[in-house]
Amino acid sequence: MTCVHLLLTLVFAVSLGTPVEIQGPRGVPLTKKQFYVENKPFTCLDGSRTIPFDRVNDDYCDCKDGSDEPGTAACPNGSFHCTNAGYRTMFIPSSRINDGICDCCDTTDEYNSGAKCENTCKELGRKEREVLQKMTEITKEGFLLKQHLIEEAKKGHQEKQIKVTDMQENKKQLDEKVEVLRTVKETAEQPEKEAKERHLKAWEEQKAAIRLEKDKAKMAEAFLELDDNADGFVSVSELQSHAELDADADGTLTETEAQGLMGGAEQVDMSTFESVWPNIKDKYHSEVSREEADMSCLVSSEVPFGPHRWLVQLPSEAFYRYVTEKYSCTSYVSSSCSLFPYANPTVLWFTAAQKARDDFEEAEKALREMDDQIRNIEKELSFDFGPDAEFTYLYSQCYELTTGEYIYRLCPFNRVSQKPKYGGSETNLGTWGSWSGPENNKYLLMKYEHGTGCWQGPNRSTTVKLTCGKETVVTSTSEPSRCEYLMEFTTPAVCQEPANTDLSPHDHVEL
Amino acid sequence: MQGPEVLLSLNSRGLLAFEHLRLHKDTQAQPDGAEVKESVDGDQQQDEGEKGEDGESDKEEVGLWEETFKSHTDTKPNGPTSISLDFSLPGVEHVYGIPEHADDLKLKTTDGGDPYRLYNLDVFQYELYNPMALYGSIPVMLAHNTQRTMGIFWLNAAETWVDISSNTTGKTVFGKMLDFVQGSSENPQTDVRWISESGIIDVFIMLGPKPSDVFSQYASLTGTQSFPPLASLGYHQCRWNYNDQEDVKSVDQGFDQHDIPYDFIWLDIEHADGKRYFTWDPHKFPQPKEMLQGLMDKKRKMVAIVDPHIRVDSGYKIHNEITSKDFYVKNKDGRNYEGWCWPGNSGYPDFTKPEMRAWWASMFAYDQYEGSMENLFTWNDMNEPSVFNGPEVTMHKDALHGKWEHRDIHNIYGLYVQMATAEGQTRRSGGVERPFVLTRAFFAGSQRYGAVWTGDNAAEWDHLKISIPMCLSLGLVGVSFCGADVGGFFKNPSTELLVRWYQTGAYQPFFRAHAHLDTTRREPWLFGPENTALIREVIRQRYALLPYWYQLLYQAHKTGMPVMRPLWVDYPKDTATFTIDDEFLIGRDLLVHPVTEEGSRGVTAYLPGAGEVWYDVHTFQKHNGAQNLYIPVTLSSIPVFQRGGSIIPRKDRVRRSSTCMENDPYTLYVALSPKKFAEGELYIDDGHSFNYDTKKEFIHRSLTFANNALTSNNLCPNCNFLTSSWIEKVLILGASKPSKVLLKMDGKETPVDFEFDTSMSVLTLRKPGMNAGADWTLLLQ
Repeated sequence: MTCVHLLLTLVFAVSLGTPVEIQGPRGVPLTKKQFYVENKPFTCLDGSRTIPFDRVNDDYCDCKDGSDEPGTAACPNGSFHCTNAGYRTMFIPSSRINDGICDCCDTTDEYNSGAKCENTCKELGRKEREVLQKMTEITKEGFLLKQHLIEEAKKGHQEKQIKVTDMQENKKQLDEKVEVLRTVKETAEQPEKEAKERHLKAWEEQKAAIRLEKDKAKMAEAFLELDDNADGFVSVSELQSHAELDADADGTLTETEAQGLMGGAEQVDMSTFESVWPNIKDKYHSEVSREEADMSCLVSSEVPFGPHRWLVQLPSEAFYRYVTEKYSCTSYVSSSCSLFPYANPTVLWFTAAQKARDDFEEAEKALREMDDQIRNIEKELSFDFGPDAEFTYLYSQCYELTTGEYIYRLCPFNRVSQKPKYGGSETNLGTWGSWSGPENNKYLLMKYEHGTGCWQGPNRSTTVKLTCGKETVVTSTSEPSRCEYLMEFTTPAVCQEPANTDLSPHDHVEL
Repeated sequence: MQGPEVLLSLNSRGLLAFEHLRLHKDTQAQPDGAEVKESVDGDQQQDEGEKGEDGESDKEEVGLWEETFKSHTDTKPNGPTSISLDFSLPGVEHVYGIPEHADDLKLKTTDGGDPYRLYNLDVFQYELYNPMALYGSIPVMLAHNTQRTMGIFWLNAAETWVDISSNTTGKTVFGKMLDFVQGSSENPQTDVRWISESGIIDVFIMLGPKPSDVFSQYASLTGTQSFPPLASLGYHQCRWNYNDQEDVKSVDQGFDQHDIPYDFIWLDIEHADGKRYFTWDPHKFPQPKEMLQGLMDKKRKMVAIVDPHIRVDSGYKIHNEITSKDFYVKNKDGRNYEGWCWPGNSGYPDFTKPEMRAWWASMFAYDQYEGSMENLFTWNDMNEPSVFNGPEVTMHKDALHGKWEHRDIHNIYGLYVQMATAEGQTRRSGGVERPFVLTRAFFAGSQRYGAVWTGDNAAEWDHLKISIPMCLSLGLVGVSFCGADVGGFFKNPSTELLVRWYQTGAYQPFFRAHAHLDTTRREPWLFGPENTALIREVIRQRYALLPYWYQLLYQAHKTGMPVMRPLWVDYPKDTATFTIDDEFLIGRDLLVHPVTEEGSRGVTAYLPGAGEVWYDVHTFQKHNGAQNLYIPVTLSSIPVFQRGGSIIPRKDRVRRSSTCMENDPYTLYVALSPKKFAEGELYIDDGHSFNYDTKKEFIHRSLTFANNALTSNNLCPNCNFLTSSWIEKVLILGASKPSKVLLKMDGKETPVDFEFDTSMSVLTLRKPGMNAGADWTLLLQ
C-alpha cells in the first residue's frame, strides 16, 4: 500500500515535469521514508514501541534507537540525513543538528540555529567530480604503467633466473679450478716449508752457539775480574768480595758459602772456574759498568714489521742495512734479534710458492664474488614484490624528499633514512621489515623497523603508505609519534584496474 | 577553648623559635648594634612559652653562613633566619592538607622520617607516598574530628617543613596538664610543628566548627576559586606536542570522525619559535590565526603554553623589553640572574613586582601577542621556577627580587606568574571575558587565577590512584579546579589503564589528557573501536553533567566549598569516612568510586549516611547508605551514585563541544530521599563573560521536590538573564506511580505525559517544556 502510494506520487511528479521532492519528516533518507507515514502511528525502527505520528520530530526522544527524531537533536544516538543535491548524500550524528556549525552542504542541518550557512553542494560536487576525474585518469594511466612494470618484472625475473642458472654452472667450473690451484699451491709450498724449517733450525742453532760463546766470554771476563792478584787463580777470599753472590741473603758471603760455591776448593783456575761459573753467573755483578750491553740488539717491537711477516716477505739487503744502522746492531743476530737472511736457493723456492699462492687466492676470490652475486640475485628473487611482482622495479632504487630541515630517503625493500639539509650525519629511520597493510591488501603499507634508537625512546621506525600515482615519488613525511615516521609514497604499482565507467554521456539505457 | 575543652594550643611543646637577621661576624661593624630584630606576629601565640634559640654559642655550626648543595653555594648573607612554632590539637587524630604531596589524603605522622616539605620544585618522575616537595605549596592544614573542623594557615612563602606526631610523643608539662584537666590520658592528640627557613611567624587559625565554616573562613583570607569559563570544564586534548597546524587539524577532525566531544586542544613548548613564548614556529605554525579560526568555526578553543623563563636573545622582543625595563630577577651580585631552561640560557622576570606583572599582562593584548585570538588561552608551566642548572632544579636562594631574597618568596613566585597571565587574558577583552590559565606551581591563593594540575605523573596504576588524594587535598585548601594528566605524562599506558584513567578523569574537575614527547600517540580513537567507544561514552557522561559541574564551580567561587570533596566534608560525624581516598564526592550529590586496579572485577564503595539512599546513575538501582557496597565491574563500569534527596540538572544532548550545547534543554534527575524529598540548584549564564558578576546576568534557581511537587524558585530575583534552554525531561528516581501530572505555570495547569518504570521506580515526565529560567511547579497526583 505504502509503496504503491509512493510510486504514484513519483509518477505524478515526474509526469508534471517538476523537480522531484518528496515531502516527509526532516532528516529521513529516501530508503526509509516508507516507515514514516503522515498521521499514522509510528513504530520505532527497532520495533521497540509505537507512538503517535505527532511525536515524530517533536524534539523529544521516544525511541531507544533514536528513529523518531531523524530531524532533531533530541536523541543521543540519532542520525540525520542530508540530501545534498548536487553532491553526495550523507548522514550526520543528530548532535550536529542546529549546533551552529554547517555540516550539510545543503544547509539542512542548521534550520533553527541562526547559523548562516550557504549551499555549497554544487561547488563541492563540481570539485569532487574534478578530483574524481583526475583520479580516474591517474588510475587509468597508472594501471597501464603497472602492466608495463609487471611485464618488465616478469622478464627481469626470468632473466635473473637464467642468469643464476648460468652463474651456478660457472661456479661449478670455478670450484674445480680452485681445487686444482689448491693442489698446485700446496705442492709448491712443500719445499718452501721445509726450507723455512731448516732455516729456522739453523737459526736456532746459531743463536745457541752465539749465546754459548757470549757466556764463555763473560766467564773469562769474570775470571779476570775476580782474580784480583792476577795469579791465575780465583780464591775464596777473592770471591767473597762479591757480596751479591750471598746464598742465604744475610748480606754477607761467608767463607763457607764462598767455598761452597767453588765446589769446596780453596781456589780454582780458569778451567775449573767453568764448573763454578754456572753457580754464580745469574747473581754475578760485573765490576765494569756495561750499560750499552744490549744496545746491539733489536727489540722486536721496535722493528717496523712484525717478525712473522719476515718469514713470508723476504727483506732486502738494503732493509737489513737500514735496520742495523738504525738500531746499531752489531750483528744480525742476538738473542732477541730477528732472523738472518735466507740463502739464495731458498728465495727461489719462495718465489715459486708465492706465485702458486697468488693464483689460488685469485681463483678463490673469483669464486667468492660469484657466490655473492648468486646470493644477491637469489635474495632479490626471494622478496615479496607483490602478487604480480609489480613492486620489483623499486628494488635497489632510492627516492628522496627534501623538507624544511631534512632530506628523507626511501630505498624500498632496504631502508629509510633522514639527513639534515645543512650538514650532519644520517639517521636510520628503519630497515625493511614487511608489508603491513590491512588484511585485504597488505601491499598498501610498508613497515621499516629497528632504526637508530631514540634517546629514552624506542628504535625509529617508518610506515610507508602507498597510493596510486603515475610517478614514483615520496610526497610527504611526518612524525606522528616520537620516532615513528609516516611517509606517503605514490607509485603506479598500487593502481587498481579502473572500474569500467565510461564518462561520456549515454543517450539511452540498455535494458 | 570552648567551655573547658581545649581546641588548640600553641607552643605547648615549647618549639617557638626564631632567629634574628644578622651580619656576618667578619663584616660586622658594630658587634651588637647592627642586628635587625624581626617583628613577631604576637596575636596568635603564647609568649610565655618562648624559649627560642637565642643563646648564641661562639662555636659556629657548619652551614650557618654558607651552605653547599652539590655544586651550588648559598651565600646566606643574613645567616640563619629560620622560624618555628608548634600546635597541639587535643582530640584530633586526622589532619589533612598542606599540598602538594603525592601521598594519602590523611596526613601521616612524620616521627622517624622526613617532615612534609613545602618547596616548589620541578621534580623529574616524582615518587609516590612520600612527603617530598612537589610543584606547589599551600601551607594550610585542616584538623578534623567528629565534633569540629579547624584549620591552620601558616602564611610563609619560604621553604617550609611540617612535622606531625601523635599524642604520645614530645609532651611538655603543659601538655600533660591538659590530659589531667580533661581527665583522660587516652585522649588522642595530634601535634604539629611548622618550620620555615625565613620570614615571620604569621599564622591564622580557622576555628570552624563545621567543614564549610573552615572553607569560608579560609576563603575570607585568600579568596575563592575563580569562576572558569564553562568550556574549560569540558575535555582538553593535550600532547607534547601537536607537531604543526596540519596535525592540529587532523586531531580536531579525528574527534568529529569518532563523534567524541572536546573543547580545547593544547600546544606545548614546541609551538613557539625557538621556545620564545608569545611567538609561533614559522614552519610548523605559519598561520596561527587561520588555525584558531578553524577551531572557532567548530566552537572550540586552544591553549598555548607561555612559560616564565625568557630566552636571552637580543633578537627577542620580550627579552629586550624586560631587559630595558630592568624586570629580571637579579643574582646576589646584582646582575641579571640567568639559568638554563628549555630555550637554553634564560632570564626570569621578577613577577613579584607589580609593574612587571602589569607589563606581562599587557603582552597578552591581541596587538602584542601576534597570532592570538579570543579562543586562545594560556598554560603556565615551569613556574616553580624551574632552573635546570640551579640547586634542586630551581632558583638560587640568594637571588634577589628587589630587596628580598628568593629564599623569602620562593613558594609564591608561581602564583604571581599565573596572576599576571590571568590578568593579561582578562585585560585583552577589556575586562569582559573570563580568563583560563593552567599553572603547575601554586601557593595559598592560587585558586583565584585558574586551574592547577598535578604535574608530570606517569602512566602507572599507582599514579592513577594518587590523583584522587592529590586533588582532594588541594580542594580542601581552596584549589577546586584540579586535575591530573589523563593517561599519565611519562611512559605509555596500557589500553586498560588509559580507559580507566579517562573514566576517573571525567569525574575530576580539570579533565585533560596529556602525554610526553617520547610516548606514542594516544588520541582516544587509537585503541580499537571498543576502547574508542568506552572513552567516548565517559567523555559524554562528563559533558552531560556540565551543568552540575558549572554550578559547583559557581558555588566554589561564591562560598569556597570544594568541588571534589572527601566524604567526611559532608559526613563529618561518620568516622568511617575519615581516611577514605579511593572515592570522593562531587559537590554533595554525586559519589564516585573510580576503578583504579588493573584487571579489576569489582570494587567496594562506601556509601555514607545512615538512613540515606544512593542511586546508581547508570541503572537507577537504589542502595542504602552507611554500607560497604560491592560493585561488580567490567571495563565499561564507572561506579557513580546520586544521593537520594538531590536534584541534578543535566544536558543529555551531548554535542561536539560545550559551546554547541549552550541552548540545549535540560533533563532534571530528581533522586528522592526515603522521605520523598529532594533539592538542587540550577545555575545558567553566558558561560564565558564577567557579566554574571558585573551585570548580574545569570539565572540561579532552587529546585525542590516536596509533598509530591517539584518547584523551581528564583534564588536571584534581581538577576536578569534569558536562556532559550528548557526542561525536556524530568526523571524522578524512587518515585511511586501518580495518576496524573500537572504543570503549573503562569497561573495555568496543563497535563504532562509520563511513564513509570515499576522495576526501578523511575517516573519520567515527558517534555514538560518550560523555560529553564521560569517559575513553575510540577504536581504529581
